[in-house]
This record gives sequence, structure tokens and C-alpha cells, in this order.
Amino acid sequence: MSLVFSGVCSHAPGITGRAARAPADQKDALYAVFDDMRARLHAARPDAVIVIAAEHFANFFMNNMPAYALGMSESYEGPIEDPEWLAIPKRKARGDLSLSQRLISEVQQTVDVAFCEEWRFDHGIMVPLHFLDPHNELIVIPANINCQGPPLTPLHRAWAFGEALRRAADAVPERIALVGTGGISHWPATPDSGRINEAWDRDFLDRWSRGDKDAMLAYTDTETYAEGGQGGFEIRTFIAAAAAAGGKGTVHHYQPIPIFAVGCTIGTLEIV
Amino acid sequence: MSLYQLSKLLYELNRDDTLKTRFRADPRDIVSGYTLSEEEREAILRPDIGLLYVLGVNGQILMHFAALCGIEWSDYLQRMRDGVKQHGPVRAGIYAMTTSVDEKIAGA
Repeated sequence: MSLVFSGVCSHAPGITGRAARAPADQKDALYAVFDDMRARLHAARPDAVIVIAAEHFANFFMNNMPAYALGMSESYEGPIEDPEWLAIPKRKARGDLSLSQRLISEVQQTVDVAFCEEWRFDHGIMVPLHFLDPHNELIVIPANINCQGPPLTPLHRAWAFGEALRRAADAVPERIALVGTGGISHWPATPDSGRINEAWDRDFLDRWSRGDKDAMLAYTDTETYAEGGQGGFEIRTFIAAAAAAGGKGTVHHYQPIPIFAVGCTIGTLEIV
Repeated sequence: MSLYQLSKLLYELNRDDTLKTRFRADPRDIVSGYTLSEEEREAILRPDIGLLYVLGVNGQILMHFAALCGIEWSDYLQRMRDGVKQHGPVRAGIYAMTTSVDEKIAGA
């Protein structure tokens, strides 16, 4: 039928795995806004949710690295990490093979997306699902943008991927929701874990909220690496979600939580 | 320098429970299946998280290997910092340290 929801959220593994080490008020505030995002998502009555992730070598490696990928399976398992480390139990999420095939066919009109009949979810998808689909009810279509192994896809291609997903969502009879997940500035899994460039984050979120395509695409990877760290490359997922929605964004939550290694962010976009 | 092979070993180890079991039983046997320098091989076998970090292993792969070795989060971060102190700056990849060796970042 159409795209019925587009939003973004953080996916850092510390959000669940190191929850007890965060200041309780900050953790509780974040979790409450995740609850609110879940309510918004389910109120849109989606038949399936596309999660645009920036995965971390769970499925894709430098032997054969796709810039863009979409899942094409009846089910997916995760987390690939130790469930105790991530504090998220293993689950089998439902997919939809036919829907994936139709979405991929349309996306391929403009983006040469890889498709995957096997896909094991890492924290990049599991942390969002843990909050947004706690009872494992939704049909999930995983999407990925390579934000880990350079050379990385240009930002304007991430925008084109978002537009292609929108066109594909509008072309199928199902009601499609979309969630982009990633960090803004962060230096995860390095000794600098916990470093967060709040000013850079807020400037990016300002561009994102205004739906200012040119401003969002103006970053070079050199600038992003210097100001936002290697984690900052994940702005591609936020950009794709914005491109899919086409409207302005609302940031419902932004709070740097160093033990979670990221400025924890939740936002939704107007579908235009 | 065979960072690709080193990273591939850890990538495969992280996603394959059977390989993990075999690695625990006989790490030298698993490591012999990859074309590694002596330094890389020893870094895995000790394991020397700090040296693996300095060699350029992507942190997203390394943090799971550290967890597999039973290394707690703050200890993992400190071992990387100590690795830079001992072995010098990160030699490859995009996970270089941006702070000084004696700095403490909130959250660590």
C-alpha cells in the first residue's frame, strides 16, 4: 500500500548489555522514549518493518562486501552475539520471502542491492527489535548499508537507497514501516568508547530534522571520521530513512550516555 | 602483515559456535589454517588484546573476541589503551585511538 512509518533509533549494544552501569534516570528516560516509539510504530499498523542497519561483521565481510543488502528469507535468527553479553535472548524473527522479492525487484530499478537468503541479526537490528517488537510479532525485512569496511558507499547513494525503498514500499499492497538504526558520533569498541561529540550530533540532527538533503549529503568521510569517529559513518542509515520519508524529522530524544558509547537518539519522520 | 587473514579468523570465530569449541580445545590448530605473521599468531594465542588492536583489527570484531576470552568491558578498553602504550599507535584500519594513552574516557 505505502510507507506508513519512518523513524530512527540508536542500536548500541551497551543500551541493553550495560544497562545497569548507566545513570538510572538517563537509562529510564531512554527506555521510556523507546516505549513511545514502539507505540507510534504499532499505531501505524505495519504489515512488515524494514530495519535499515549498519551491521558489524555478522554476515558481511571484506571477502565480498555489499554496499547495500536486503534480506530475502522466511525467517532470521539473532542475536549472533552471546545473548548474555547483549542481554537479549535469542529469537527467530519472521520474514516474508514474497514481500522481500517484490521489494528487491523494485529497489533494483535504481540500486544494485545484494539479496540474502541467510542473515543473522547482530545488535544493530536486535537492540531496536528488543524495544520495538518485544513480543516478536512483526514481520522483519533486514536491510544493510556498509558503514564498516571502507571504501564506503557515498552519502548520495544512501539517499538513493532510501528513495528506492520508498518507491518499493509504495508499490506493494502491504503497509510498510521503516526504521533506520545507527549512531551519530561515536568511537565504539575503541579505547575512546564513551567519547561523544554532542555539538556535531546536534548539528547533524538539525539538518536531519529540517529534511535538508543538501546539508545531510555535504559531509565528507574525512570530516565525519575526524568529528564523529568511525561510528559516525552510520549517519547513512539516518539519511536513508529521511530519503524514504521525504518530510521533516522530529527528534524525540537525544542524550549522550557514555557507558552506552553513543548519544542515544530516537526520532520519527513525516511521510510526504 | 596479513591483517585481512587475522581479521577473517576472528570474524569466523565470532559467528561459528563449532569453531569456537574447536578453538578452545586446540587454538594452535585453528590458527594454523590462516596465513599469519608470527606476531599475529602469538597475539591471538596469548591472547594479547592490546596488540590485536594495534595491529588494526576492527573493534567490532575484537570486542567479541575479548568477550569470548572472558574479558570484561572496562578491562577490554584498558587493554587496548595499554596495547598502544606498549606497542605504539594503531597501524592500520579505522579504529585508531584518538585520545592519549593515560586518558580515561567517561564510560570506561
